[in-house]
Amino acid sequence: MTRPSSQARPSRRAPRSAPADGRPREPRRPRTAKPVGPEPAAEPAAAERAAESAAAERVAESAADAAASGVDRTHEIHAQLDSDLAPDIWDERVADGLAFLRRRLTGAYDIDEFGFDAELTDNVYYPLLRLLYRHYFRVEVFGAEHLPADGSALVVGNHSGTVAVDALMLSVAVHDETPKRRHLRLLGADLVFRTPVLSEIARKSGATLASNVDAERLLRSGELVGVFPEGFKGIGKPYRERYKLQRFGRGGFVSAALRTGTPIVPVAIVGAEEIYPILGSIQPLAKVLGLPYFPVTPLFPWFGPLGALPLPSKWLIEFGEPIPTADHVGDVDDPIVVFNMADQVRETIQQTLHSLLERRPDPFG
Amino acid sequence: MNVLVTGVSRYVGATLAVRLAEHARVRRVIGFDTVEPTGDLRARLDERGVRIIVSHLRGIVPVVANGDVDAVAHMGVISTPGRGGRAAMKEQNIIGTMQLLAACQATPRVHKLVVRSSTAAYGASFRDPAVFTESTPPTLVPRGGFAKDIIEVEGYVRGFARRRPEVVTTVLRLAPLIGPHADTSLTRYFSLPVVPTVFGRDPRLQFIHVDDALEILVRSVVENHRGTYNVAGEGVLALSQAVRRAGRLAIPVVEPGMAALAAFAKVSGMGEFSHDQLDLFVHGRVVDTRALTEEFGFRPRSTEEAFADFLYGQGLHHDGFVPLRPDALHALEASVLEGIRAVRTATRQRRVGVGS
Repeated sequence: MTRPSSQARPSRRAPRSAPADGRPREPRRPRTAKPVGPEPAAEPAAAERAAESAAAERVAESAADAAASGVDRTHEIHAQLDSDLAPDIWDERVADGLAFLRRRLTGAYDIDEFGFDAELTDNVYYPLLRLLYRHYFRVEVFGAEHLPADGSALVVGNHSGTVAVDALMLSVAVHDETPKRRHLRLLGADLVFRTPVLSEIARKSGATLASNVDAERLLRSGELVGVFPEGFKGIGKPYRERYKLQRFGRGGFVSAALRTGTPIVPVAIVGAEEIYPILGSIQPLAKVLGLPYFPVTPLFPWFGPLGALPLPSKWLIEFGEPIPTADHVGDVDDPIVVFNMADQVRETIQQTLHSLLERRPDPFG
Repeated sequence: MNVLVTGVSRYVGATLAVRLAEHARVRRVIGFDTVEPTGDLRARLDERGVRIIVSHLRGIVPVVANGDVDAVAHMGVISTPGRGGRAAMKEQNIIGTMQLLAACQATPRVHKLVVRSSTAAYGASFRDPAVFTESTPPTLVPRGGFAKDIIEVEGYVRGFARRRPEVVTTVLRLAPLIGPHADTSLTRYFSLPVVPTVFGRDPRLQFIHVDDALEILVRSVVENHRGTYNVAGEGVLALSQAVRRAGRLAIPVVEPGMAALAAFAKVSGMGEFSHDQLDLFVHGRVVDTRALTEEFGFRPRSTEEAFADFLYGQGLHHDGFVPLRPDALHALEASVLEGIRAVRTATRQRRVGVGS
């Protein structure tokens, strides 16, 4: 049996890339059937071996020294070897942590004119959210390459889930999946900025009021802005209407994009609908509390605080191709153009939602 | 050029009058107020030969008409009620401005008007945009007396500018003033050892350094800068951040409790906090200063720098009781780090020792 692969390809593929045909890799595939099949395991193994042997040589050398001096210092040598291979990361972490605490306590950090505290967001808010993101909702992201590396874009998504957890997960996705670790500047309802504590956290994490003035100011300064045009109609809709996009308001987000010539990146989020399935709303209670709805879910309000626990659904987030607006900058005042563009964005998100749902047959799988 | 400055019994009016009197392009300065300037301010005004006229509000009319006045700097709008209470404050702000404008309109020689306004004109609410530009209208009518006065005063000034388009009219919306020697209710607030803040709120604040505000005022009088401009230091400090930089401890108080504290502050003579100041401490206020820097070719110190100068000048970092002294925190950080390093080295050495 010949091995044509090794001679056919002098330069090997990157060890982690998938085979060209996109099928899952089969370890015991007959090699003759596919003459240019790669040998992915070879390269990393070789590299590891090289590193190991280098380290072993050094140990052997030191051991030889030790043997020559007549003392057994193997343990010490191993300890030294450990510290040689890895710089003292714990010392760095402790120093960084203390410096962080000192900066926070003395106010030695910067916030921008919207109140965005990048240091607090990166070191406190995102790590907490990331626990939910990775281990609880197991978010998978597709199409992150559609987010621009630099410059502004308006990220428009579907809104669901009773409370806006989807917005938070989307900002973690944008931050972790962009090479420059970009921050998504969310636009929030005025209810958020009316409420104590919530308003403070929202501003510090980079959100601002969903108004055209703020949106355009952020876009002009080259930020990634996230908006959910469905608003409360989206997050407050009953479970039976899940993944059905609601009306897109007055299309204010389109005029903000048109006025600044910013591309619109549609994003579909699957998974948030199942975290707090709304069975109904107690409208009189909502009115008394000044809320848009008072949700009744399988757990809330029956189980009290336990009802605040989201269900562990599986999440998929897909960014679509950017929709350019630079050609229509002159049409800001043409309602037909604005409505058509809003419809186009809405259709794109709706179709992406359907295709994502097919990929996720079990909401909790 | 002869200049009339109103409001010379207070710091900004008096200092502006002095600085104008020193200016090469200004021949004579007349200071007007309803109250006699006293102490140090009076001495400096006299030293520079500023003619001071103290009179009731009506008295401004003959001063403008007979005094060969070319330019008027209206600094007489006050932000906190004095001895006469809110009624007297409103009287001075509204009636005083109307009298002054009527006098200016009747005097052809006046060709320049500079009015000190305030960023309080924008109000502060949760529905406002994050950053106000000069053209942003207030979304809600502000509830404080001073803000209402300011909006009314600006309305009269706009009317005047329409009727006398040949007069160069400048309206300067000043952010809260701060400086090494400023003594305002805001500076007294930051001097408290524990500072009450509103629970669950961290307003964004902006300041303007007193010296920079005066520089802008002088330039508006001696140069021509028509229009309305925000005057503030670039950048933003969150209230919590400002409190920490001052080395103070913040005590969060729920919103209704703040009004009670403000009443207590008034009774205890610490200073008066009006409704618009309370709203500012809930929602904060940030203005855009691009128009100012482009028009005046002058960049005021940033909010951060102005605040640092205030802390330095008032000695807030080292005098008296400072709960969170920055240098003490630095020392604490260093000693904790040293301690952890020492413990870790010791354990490692013991491990190595056991191995051999």
